[in-house]
Formats: sequence, structure tokens, C-alpha cells
Amino acid sequence: MSRHVVIVGAGPAGLAAVEHALRAGARVTVLDQAESPGGQYHRRPPGADAARHGRSDFDRRRRLLAHPRCRWWPGAAVWAFDRVENRLHVLRGQPDGSGRRRLTLVPDALILATGAHDRTLPFPGWELPGVYTAGAAQALAKGERVAIGGRVLVAGAGPFLLPVAESLLDVGAEVVAVLEANPFTTVRKGWSARPWRLAAQAGKAGELGRYAATLARHRVPYRFGRAVIEARGADSVREVVTAGVRADWSIIPGTERTYEVDAVCVGHGFVPQPELAVAAGCVLDGGFVKVDGEQRTTVDGVFAAGEITGIGGAVTSAAEGAVAGRAAAGEKPAPALIRARDRALTFAGRLASAHPIGTAWRSWLREDTIVCRCEETTYGELVRATTDPARPGPHALKLGTRAGLGPCQGRMCGPAVSELCGGTERHHRPIAQPIRLGELAARTEGEPG
Amino acid sequence: MSDRPIRITVDGEALTGIAGQSVAGVLLAAGRISWRTTRSGAPRGVFCGIGACFDCLLTVNDVPDVRACRRPAADGDEIRTQSREENT
Ligand SMILES: Cc1cc2nc3c(=O)[nH]c(=O)nc-3n(C[C@H](O)[C@H](O)[C@H](O)COP(=O)(O)OP(=O)(O)OC[C@H]3O[C@@H](n4cnc5c(N)ncnc54)[C@H](O)[C@@H]3O)c2cc1C
Ligand code: FES
Repeated sequence: MSRHVVIVGAGPAGLAAVEHALRAGARVTVLDQAESPGGQYHRRPPGADAARHGRSDFDRRRRLLAHPRCRWWPGAAVWAFDRVENRLHVLRGQPDGSGRRRLTLVPDALILATGAHDRTLPFPGWELPGVYTAGAAQALAKGERVAIGGRVLVAGAGPFLLPVAESLLDVGAEVVAVLEANPFTTVRKGWSARPWRLAAQAGKAGELGRYAATLARHRVPYRFGRAVIEARGADSVREVVTAGVRADWSIIPGTERTYEVDAVCVGHGFVPQPELAVAAGCVLDGGFVKVDGEQRTTVDGVFAAGEITGIGGAVTSAAEGAVAGRAAAGEKPAPALIRARDRALTFAGRLASAHPIGTAWRSWLREDTIVCRCEETTYGELVRATTDPARPGPHALKLGTRAGLGPCQGRMCGPAVSELCGGTERHHRPIAQPIRLGELAARTEGEPG
Repeated sequence: MSDRPIRITVDGEALTGIAGQSVAGVLLAAGRISWRTTRSGAPRGVFCGIGACFDCLLTVNDVPDVRACRRPAADGDEIRTQSREENT
């Protein structure tokens, strides 16, 4: 019997892994908590049958889900991985619903392709309704044709802000400005070092050109070296304060400007969702899952691909997925696949150096600024706790301030808290997805045939 | 886009959405941007949009703590907005 490769996540990385594991002769089970394949990138409005970007690859890969050696489980949340028994625990049914089916899988090889979510640095007022992550604005506009507001400011760091602005314009929002916190010199230097290496991603350059043209056509200013430093309003955002910032993101006094808006979306890059990799015992490096040249993690039989191994966009994710699919199926990935993946990684490196996070962002915070959204822990409380000799270490700090102990388990505040408190982020979430106690108590069903 | 309409109620009020939209999408399209209060009483709605932040929790057909951004809205769903104390 051929090898059974189980793939968690049907985004660009997971789908490329499906294609290549099938080509290498494996039996494949691919599951995703979402109802339809595509992940964060290939999103489309209800009823629309074709994704807008990367269509041909996506359409080919999506058809493979009906391959006789492929089993596709939508609506399947993987909530744990038991590394002793090599058993993946899955809940199938309505998201967060009751009465979901509990299933388990015992793979020959496991590919984790669980992607990333937005990173948003805290600033005064970021907890107000009407403040969204850039990804939320994108998901709602691209996937549901809903505009997060009438007058929207888009801010943060990274090229992702541009497609977000375009999608907002598409669904009828007025975008008052797009603000990149890094100065133009940093961005230019990051992108144009050794430009011949970027030739492989020429498609990306064209895409950026298109976004720039769209912004110009709608007279949306795209500014460098400016950041949102505060959102104001009683029960929802009414105005945002922006300021000019230096290369380290410290505020240049006297450059503040206020915009009247009813929504603001902010993204400072992405953070990986490595819960299952952590459960499997994989070593992380700077928060990302550590992999070798064939996308193997440090745990035998477990592979990782896409943005859980590093942020590099959809093309990079798919290139990694292709390598992981071959290797997990027991084949040596062809040199051409490895080369394509390595070229894509160069692009990821560029992205990181062109859009770094300035260390002085903490100067935007005030004593009463909320850092942990769930537990409403403030910057002042965190600072007091770190200087309290009775509370050494990140664990005591968490228990003392409750930062990171709410429902999101530090997914939103984790990187900020660790930066502010001078520790490394702990990704210790024994359960990757919420499960109800009743579901936990219910008898486990075996692997279905 | 097929645009098949669906109807849900939110705290008793009828709202119309499009099949395939999430509960969060239907609420936002209807102009509701917050539906939960934190322990301190502060309002919250959608933040991350993909199931990571847990800001958008509400009660669907009597099941509490459902993430509105992850749950596809279904015709006839009865939604209740919730405060944190209600379920702890
Ligand atoms: C909200 C959002 C919107 C984005 N939109 C765009 C865009 O429009 N254009 C663009 O260029 N880039 C976009 N990005 C960037 C995007 O992350 C990547 O470029 C790309 O999608 C990464 O591919 P991936 O396969 O690594 O992960 P993803 O595409 O994120 O796919 C991961 C998949 O894993 C599933 N998953 C995660 N955990 C579990 C679990 N425990 N159980 C079951 N399934 C699970 C998720 O449902 C998801 O479908 C967006 C990012 C975010 C966070
Ligand atoms: S908006 Fe973040 S979980 Fe729903």
C-alpha cells in the first residue's frame, strides 16, 4: 500500500503539497477548517467559482482534491497532535458548533501548512470597534464583498497593504491614505539589493505596479515614514492620529495629523500559526518552524511548508509545499523544485529587509494602552510587573498580569508582550483549536475507512 | 456570485445576508460593528477576521462562544450578542 500523507491546511502551501504528493504516488488526506480550499490567498465571494489571483495553478490543484487517491475534508479543525501515538485529532462540523464529529488519523507522513495571521502592534485605541487587522479587511472585502467602513485608513508595514487598499476600493470604500511606517530609503534598499535575483518574481513587480496605478487612479496617497499612533472614539473609531516616524519608528514631534474615519486597518506583517508543530515537538526558530532543505522539521515524519516556516507570500508558500509534498511521499524532490523554492526564499528575505519592524514602536504606547486585548492588560501593568523582583520570568509575568491568558491564548499580544518584557515568545498552546468539554468527553471514533 | 439571500435574527431583529457569508459578514454589512462586551464592559466586534483573536464571539442557536468570523451564516440562524460573564 502506498504511503499515506496527511496535509493540514489547504492554502497555497497545502494545495501544492497535495499535487506533488499525488504525483509521487502517495495516498493523501488534506483537511482544512474552512469550508472551501484556498487558504488566505485564494479567497472568493460566495457563489463565485474562480479565484481572482493565481487562477490556473489554483484551479488545477483544486480539481486534484477529487483525485481517486485524495481524500478532502473541509470543515475539519485539527485540535491536537499526539506525538506518542502519532495521532492527529480532528473535529468535523460547524466551526465552534456543538455535535461535531471527533475523528483521528494516523499518517505515515504529516505536512503542516497552517499559515499565518496578521501581526498588529498595539497603539492607544487599537481595541476600539472599527479597528481591524489588514487581513480582516482583506478577507471581508475579497471573500464576502463587505467593506469594513465608508472612510478607511490603511496603515502598517509591508506590501500587503496595497492589495488590501485595492480590495477596499473594489467594494466601494473610500481609502483616505495608505501609510507605510518604514521610510522610502529602507524600502528601496531592501527591495533593490541585487535586483537580478528578483527577476524570478517578475510577476510580483507587475502586481505592485498595478496596485500603485489603482491607488493613483483613485487619488489615494501612499506615504512612507508615517504610522497610525492612536485611534479615538467612544464606542467605535471616529478619528485616527497619524505621525511621521523616523527609521526606528520613533515619532517625529509636531508631525501629528488627524483623519476623520469610520474604520482603520492596520497590519505590521504576519506571525505564524505553529501550534500543531509545537504539539508535534518541532523546534522553532524565531517563532517559525525550523525546516531543512527538503522541508523536514526536526521531528521524523513531520514536514512544514508555507508561512509557518517564514513569511514570503503565496508564491513562496506554494514552492515550499511542492518540495514538502514530494519529500513526504518518500521521493527526492527534483532539483528544479528545490531551485524554485530557493529563489522564492530570496524574495522572502527581501520582504523582511524592506519592511522591518522599528524597535521604537513602544514609544507610541501610554500607561493605559491595552496590550493584551483579551485580558485588557495595559502597558503600565506590564512595565510594573517586569520591574517587580517578586515576579521573575515570563510565566510568573503572565500569571501576574494575565497577559496572554485570555481566549486567544496570546496569539494577538504574544510577540508584543515578549518584546516589551524582554523575553522570547512561548508558543505553549496545548490545544490548537477550541474544543468544547462535551466534545472532549465524547468517545473518540477511530480513523474512518 | 449567486446572491441567494438568507435571513437570520440578531437579538430578535431580522437581518438579510447572502448565502456563503459569515455571521460576521452579515452583521458588518448591516452596519453592526460590535456585539460583545469584555469584562470591563468595552465593546468588541471583528478584529482579525480569520479566527485567531476571539474578539467576535457570540451565541448561535443557543451555543455560546461561536466565532462570528468563522461561522458561515445559515438561513434561520438565531444569533444573540453576548457579554463575557454570560458564559463564565
Ligand atoms: C487574513 C489574511 C488575508 C490574506 N490575504 C492575502 C491576499 O489577499 N493576497 C496575498 O498575497 N496574501 C494574503 N495573505 C498572506 C497569506 O498569508 C499568504 O501569502 C498565503 O496565503 C500563505 O499560504 P499558506 O499556505 O502558508 O497559508 P494559508 O493560506 O494561511 O493557509 C493555511 C490554511 O490552514 C488552515 N488551518 C490552520 N490551522 C488549522 C487547523 N488547526 N486545522 C485545520 N485547518 C487549519 C487555515 O484554515 C488555512 O486555510 C493574507 C493573510 C491573512 C492572514
Ligand atoms: S475576528 Fe478574530 S476570531 Fe473572529
